[in-house]
Amino acid sequence: MIEFTTWDILRNLLLAARWTVVLSLVSFVGGGIVGLVLLFLRISKRKSARAFAKYYIELFQGTPLLMQLFIAFFGLGLFGIDVPAWLAAGLALILWTAAFLGEIWRGCVEAIGKGQWEASASLGMGRLQQMRFVILPQAMRIAVPPTVGFSVQVIKGTALTSIIGFVELSKAGTVVTNATFQPFTVYGLVALIYFALCWPLSKSSQILERKLNVAHRNH
Amino acid sequence: MNYQFDFGWLFEYYPQIVKGIAITIELIAVGGVAGISLGIVCAWVRALGPAWLKPVVAAYVELIRNTPFLIQLFFIFFGLPSLGLQLGELQAANLAMVVNLGAYSSEIIRAGIQATPRGQFEAGASLAMSPFETFRHVVLVPSLERIWPALSSQVVIVMLGSAVVSQIAAEDLTFAANFIQSRTFRAFEAYIVSTAVYLLLAILLRQLLAMVGWAIFPKRAAR
Repeated sequence: MIEFTTWDILRNLLLAARWTVVLSLVSFVGGGIVGLVLLFLRISKRKSARAFAKYYIELFQGTPLLMQLFIAFFGLGLFGIDVPAWLAAGLALILWTAAFLGEIWRGCVEAIGKGQWEASASLGMGRLQQMRFVILPQAMRIAVPPTVGFSVQVIKGTALTSIIGFVELSKAGTVVTNATFQPFTVYGLVALIYFALCWPLSKSSQILERKLNVAHRNH
Repeated sequence: MNYQFDFGWLFEYYPQIVKGIAITIELIAVGGVAGISLGIVCAWVRALGPAWLKPVVAAYVELIRNTPFLIQLFFIFFGLPSLGLQLGELQAANLAMVVNLGAYSSEIIRAGIQATPRGQFEAGASLAMSPFETFRHVVLVPSLERIWPALSSQVVIVMLGSAVVSQIAAEDLTFAANFIQSRTFRAFEAYIVSTAVYLLLAILLRQLLAMVGWAIFPKRAAR
């Protein structure tokens, strides 16, 4: 039987962790773009747009991410597309991330006083200009800490993609366990790698929140 | 798209689905109650407890909050047996959910405790209450009331996260969906149905927690 050193295990896990990082970045950036669209729909003047965004968010926040992954994986196949795991994983994670970011950002936009909207409207600004020049610059300040905090959820969410067969850190953990029969060491190391990825983000989110605690300053 | 939807299997396989729903509910019932209890203890330690215990609890909370639930589950189910702790899949799933919710809820509850005005503690002390009695009777309930909405959301998130326990063969709702799709090859329908059930469960759980909130904090209902 081949002997595996801890270094062998760690090296292979770290190689796979690259895919966790890539998938997290793709999901976060893609989810951010879709989330911004959702935000605009959610605070739109049109009732139908608001309702759409509301139900979208309700649907994605009210169902397990794992189910969304399964549906993306098997559902896209119905259209005759051969779906590789990375595509289903990326798509589901982007849509899921968007729902949460859209809702977080809506809270931040709504925290901006009504007077700001009225003032900018009185300057003859259109809806988009109001958002671009007045509301978003202020809302972004409040939005930074929870957004950074949510990125931790995205990284942890990528672990589920291992279940539909995308090879990232968690999947590598299973594969390496099957080769080495050392689940304690392997999953312990996997957990530590996730921790090393997530903890700096959690911590900076907390620090940012303390620094930019504008939302609660008036209470 | 030339796909014919077929939900005919529902009649044959609904016992599996019902059983899966029952197990998912059991998991969140046990996980919810025990997890929040653990969270209260941990929040007490971090806010008011003995100094030597604080870093231990802080490490536990940070470790759990920064690793995926799936890995916690695998570690408990596959990893712990090498320390001599062999758990069945349901026990492991329950333990993982308690440990997970315990960490998250402790942070939420701690925020509620720290928002308690100092005067409350002093008022308790002036009534000759011990620090523990003050915590129990004066601090805890208003703290919980303050953070109840956030705590409810977290319980719902953990319930949805429990879909993952099918991966260690705990026979929850997701397990039932996987079972049905492997038998009928109706993957899309099986997952759509179970997703709808999860959505319904999430909505019901949210309602239930709101009602529990009204029951425990009657002051709020009167307002």
